[in-house]
Amino acid sequence: MPEQIFQFLVTGITVGALYALVGLGFALIYNASDVVNFAQGEFVMLGAMTAIALVAAGWPLALAAIVATALTVVVGLLLERFAIEPAWGASVVATIIITIGAAIFLRGVALLLWGKDFHALPPFSGDTPLHLGSATLLPQSLWVLGGAAALVTLVHLFLNRTLIGKALLACSFNRAAAQLVGINVNVMLRLAYGLSAGLGAIAGILIAPITFSSYEAGIMLGLKGFSAAIVGGIGNPMGAVAGGLLLGVLEALGAGLISSGYKDAIAFMFVLMVLFFEPTGLFGHKVAERV
Amino acid sequence: MKNRLMKNLLAATLLLTGSHLVNAADDPIKIGSFLTVTGPASFLGDPELKTLQMVIEDLNAKGGLLGRKVELVHYDTGGNAKEAVNFVKRLIKSDNVDIIVGGTTTGDTMAVIPDVEKEGITLISLAGAVDIVEPVKKWVFKVAHTDRMAAAKIYQDLRKQNLTKVALITGDGGFDKSGREQLRTLAPEYGMTIVVDESYGNKDTDMTTQLTKIRATDAQAIINFGFGQAPAIVTKNIKQLGIQLPVYQSHGVASKTFIDLAGEAGEGVRLPAAALVVAEQLPDTDPQKPVLLAYKKDYEAKHGPVSTFGGHGYDGVMIAIEAIKRAGSVDKAKVRDEVENTKGFIGTAGIFNMTPQDHMGLTLDAFKMVEIRNGGWKIVD
Repeated sequence: MPEQIFQFLVTGITVGALYALVGLGFALIYNASDVVNFAQGEFVMLGAMTAIALVAAGWPLALAAIVATALTVVVGLLLERFAIEPAWGASVVATIIITIGAAIFLRGVALLLWGKDFHALPPFSGDTPLHLGSATLLPQSLWVLGGAAALVTLVHLFLNRTLIGKALLACSFNRAAAQLVGINVNVMLRLAYGLSAGLGAIAGILIAPITFSSYEAGIMLGLKGFSAAIVGGIGNPMGAVAGGLLLGVLEALGAGLISSGYKDAIAFMFVLMVLFFEPTGLFGHKVAERV
Repeated sequence: MKNRLMKNLLAATLLLTGSHLVNAADDPIKIGSFLTVTGPASFLGDPELKTLQMVIEDLNAKGGLLGRKVELVHYDTGGNAKEAVNFVKRLIKSDNVDIIVGGTTTGDTMAVIPDVEKEGITLISLAGAVDIVEPVKKWVFKVAHTDRMAAAKIYQDLRKQNLTKVALITGDGGFDKSGREQLRTLAPEYGMTIVVDESYGNKDTDMTTQLTKIRATDAQAIINFGFGQAPAIVTKNIKQLGIQLPVYQSHGVASKTFIDLAGEAGEGVRLPAAALVVAEQLPDTDPQKPVLLAYKKDYEAKHGPVSTFGGHGYDGVMIAIEAIKRAGSVDKAKVRDEVENTKGFIGTAGIFNMTPQDHMGLTLDAFKMVEIRNGGWKIVD
């Protein structure tokens, strides 16, 4: 039994890192505009599908990954420019609805481009499982874990140590005041969408060898990533990562020790409990402190 | 003089045939259809509709049926059973179709059965569940393999290898659940013991937890019933955990996509599949081979890779056409009797022999047990 629990934990952390990576993207746009971008899952899907298509066309993996990320950033910027910016002054709820519409649109475009089939990206460093005592994990999981760690550090440094990052946070805290001190709110918003599209794409590319991808893969990933973000306290990138890992481990332990049928129920119960007792998320108030 | 007579005769004949053709065009035989061409089950309904259109176009090019043109009246249900009921009412009452081929999903089909039975029109369903024809309904037939057949085929293969303790792992979709039900029901009949029964969500990205539990039992084989990407992830996870047991999948993943997704890990996986998947490998003596190759060639020339689901469309519409041909009219009762009389019809799913007790008419032979070898399918029985 202890051996099994160790495997459950390893599985949980792997899956959790995946949720964390997706959750991270939610934090940036939320920081800049108080809006939950429901097209975040679609950025993840677009990154993965574009990279898969380029690799299938014979491109080397690294180049395909870079170009796919760049293209997704462009999509993020276009989305901001042509869907979010024209609705300037609209309420947060209206903007959220716009992002839902954008998500459906992006899914439709992906369906037309790549059809309904699932596609896989080849693993970055082979398929041979690594043994950790009695547990095993795929080398790709290390890429996901490493990628999550690197990205969250970069996002953290960007928001707290650079002037632009601080300006971004200022926009979320008080848009009018930010504008008064000379911050171009529109530029900040574009920056936020571009960056989170990029983050989403990188997440998608890192996880595609494990989870595969299809035009509608973004729905589930978006949902789990969003859960991770709210558990951790939305707007706090570190919280999103902690929330993701926590959710992943809970799911794995729940499935392993109680019943696999209740796996999602256990995870969502946990999300609800957090929202009941700590509505700002486990690490939520730190945002306010920081600003 | 004689020459002129000949010419006149010829002209008269031409005129007659011509007017006959005009009549036929005025009054075509109508085949009604309601399929799930959009929505989650579109990967089933899309090839089915394309096949129906292809077969009927081809038939009309060859002069139609009983000297009349054939017209396809189709509605897309989007997988909504309520819509299916509305469309079937419309097919019967305002389109006045002569026979209905369709119902991509079990849900759509079951929903329309009361109307079909009340109005007395033959329905040939393309959906999977055995409930459609069990108990037998007077006007309802089906052509797709059932999940019970798939379960039985897997157990047969296990018994051949003297393996009796199995681990089940299934998803949370309708297809998965129904398959799991059949596997559980049939287990005693084949002397199988289910030592562990795990489940997962069809959109989950990791099943190592469930498989770790399976690894800790004394199961001798793993059966995974599902479709989509999840079975491929299960297969990969089994390899990752270093589990050496034989792995069985269902007919739900009998496509090239599964081989591509599972990659290396897929090698050695066995599953029951329709003969269409392995058409080229069948011995030349197999009566199904020419039918399969012809359908495959026609379909692939127009639409890309064939799927077994499109094959169900072919079987359904061909059985309907043959029955109308034998009945010599579109009289509803006569057509129904002739569909029930279908004997030795060679379709893509197998050889159909319908009886008043069996409105599907396929035997277990319709499934071939195949194994993935070197990235392709290999018949193993």
